[in-house]
Amino acid sequence: MKLALGPVLYYWTREALLDFYAGVADSAADIVYLGEVVCARRHHLRLDDWLALASDLSASGKEVVLSSQALIESESDLRTLRRIVANGDFTVEANDMGAVRLLAGRVPFVAGPHLNIYNGETLAWFARLGASRFVLPLELSRDILRELQSARPAGMQTEVFAYGRMPLAFSARCFTARHHNLPKDDCQFRCLEDADGLALQTRDKAAFLTLNGIQTQSALVYDLSDSIGELRSLGVDVVRLSPQSRNMIEIIESFRERCAGRPGASLEGLRVAPPCNGYWHGVPGMEYRTPT
Amino acid sequence: MSVPELVCPAGNLPSLKVAVDNGADWVYMGLKDDTNARNFAGLNFDAASARAGLRYAHAAGAKMLLAINTYPQGLASPRWQRAIDSAAELGIDAVILADAGLMNYAAERHSQLRLHLSVQTSATNYEAINFYHERFGIARAVLPRVLSLAQVADVVKNTPVPIEVFGFGSLCVMVEGRCALSSYVTGESPNTRGVCSPAKAVRWEKHGDILDVRLNGILIDRFAAAENAGYPTLCKGRFNVEDETYYAIEEPSSLNAMALLPELANIGIAAIKIEGRQRGPAYVAAVTRIWRAAIDAHAQNPAGFSVHADWANGLARVAEGQQHTLGAYHRKWK
Repeated sequence: MKLALGPVLYYWTREALLDFYAGVADSAADIVYLGEVVCARRHHLRLDDWLALASDLSASGKEVVLSSQALIESESDLRTLRRIVANGDFTVEANDMGAVRLLAGRVPFVAGPHLNIYNGETLAWFARLGASRFVLPLELSRDILRELQSARPAGMQTEVFAYGRMPLAFSARCFTARHHNLPKDDCQFRCLEDADGLALQTRDKAAFLTLNGIQTQSALVYDLSDSIGELRSLGVDVVRLSPQSRNMIEIIESFRERCAGRPGASLEGLRVAPPCNGYWHGVPGMEYRTPT
Repeated sequence: MSVPELVCPAGNLPSLKVAVDNGADWVYMGLKDDTNARNFAGLNFDAASARAGLRYAHAAGAKMLLAINTYPQGLASPRWQRAIDSAAELGIDAVILADAGLMNYAAERHSQLRLHLSVQTSATNYEAINFYHERFGIARAVLPRVLSLAQVADVVKNTPVPIEVFGFGSLCVMVEGRCALSSYVTGESPNTRGVCSPAKAVRWEKHGDILDVRLNGILIDRFAAAENAGYPTLCKGRFNVEDETYYAIEEPSSLNAMALLPELANIGIAAIKIEGRQRGPAYVAAVTRIWRAAIDAHAQNPAGFSVHADWANGLARVAEGQQHTLGAYHRKWK
């Protein structure tokens, strides 16, 4: 199984991003997804910067994929999307059907986690359009994955989101700006303050969700590190780890060991929050089941 | 300028009849299972009631839509495909689909069956809508409730597909089809089971004067004695962020875009959809009657259109929560 580092879902400074990817270049990750998936207003790295970073990482031996924005609302979003699709060098992860229209029948692409590939027929349709890999929707279980794998088209790779706070929802509204009583159009980029998102608790102080601009994430960290054997036996090709602001290189290393069949360092103390894995077991996503 | 068609919800046969009686151009319904996004106990149609509804609608010159807008999972598509077959056999006027595999099936097997793109497809831009049009010949697309009026206008201008938008009813804050919050908490979501914050996961707890409401154990809101306690849709509760307690995602308000009817008609919107298959016939009757009156009044005299006070009051009486919003149509909402 290959290890993929998903796109950074938060807004980090240019310096923080470049530092992070300098570390990634020397890490055990095989595949690196790059680009801004959440909010078009974030601009510390522009597309040209992402492309330069892609070239550097590629020269370090990484397979680089450019991830496209999940919620595409405006003509300006579409212009960026067209430039990503036309980059000529790197595979694109489509996270919206608009991106699929621009890619289908032209170049192989990755069908991202937000395209809603829930069943074998839809997976087969994406294969015919030219998808070479698909990312399982987060809310699907291992039992559904087993069914999808049994009907998987030839040449299609399967990727599973296996670590990180889960992107559960997208809105037109920016919840970070709302928290600071700012309009979205004048958000003052306050999401820069939250390197791993802004914690939302219930009124009895339970960690519940994480606000990340227009995206809402789980508070808990999805963690399939103890189910790597199961992922392998299900024929999963790629395991996706979603970046957090600290300890990421150690987490990648632990997964590398586990993928090689060795124990790997414990992730206790490395995660930014306690783990959950309910979706994998077919129960509410926030639950944690001890792997069998 | 368009005269938008009025698309009204029918959770059961009595609702369907009052929608037709009060001037709906289309009524939309679902089957009694998880193939549709309002899979609630006691709701929806079996084959006999669907046939009766179709006869009733057609006799009055109205059309009927069948929503098959959840996502079959794994190898489960055949059951959803049978629902499409049934729609074609019954002579349903169009089906509302979300899953690409099902659209592909419908386009191949039932080329005469008219396809509408469900809001659950999350198609927010014309590239996406035009793709579904090229591949499956969709005849209409329902936009998610996340676009501003200017963005809606841009979509309409750049697609041959007639566009339907939500005009009234419960408001989804998240892009429909891309929200797994409900399954995160309860194991069931709109995409997988056709439900959001399902009633079976709700628990009310009285502690003295305080009323807590939980969804599978998660505290969604806490009400003081004087407060109205609404249904705990999980994105409409009060939460703590940096020690501030507020409606961190959205207030328990509902959408009412009637004041925007002139703009929607100018943009060239083909149809306005009323949310609420889970609501009863009284809601459906009132909302349909008022929106019919408003659309007709606007069509007859666009320049003189204004929202009559009795329309506004009538809608306020049946709305969920006490507040109305223009939602994302109004850029400031974002």
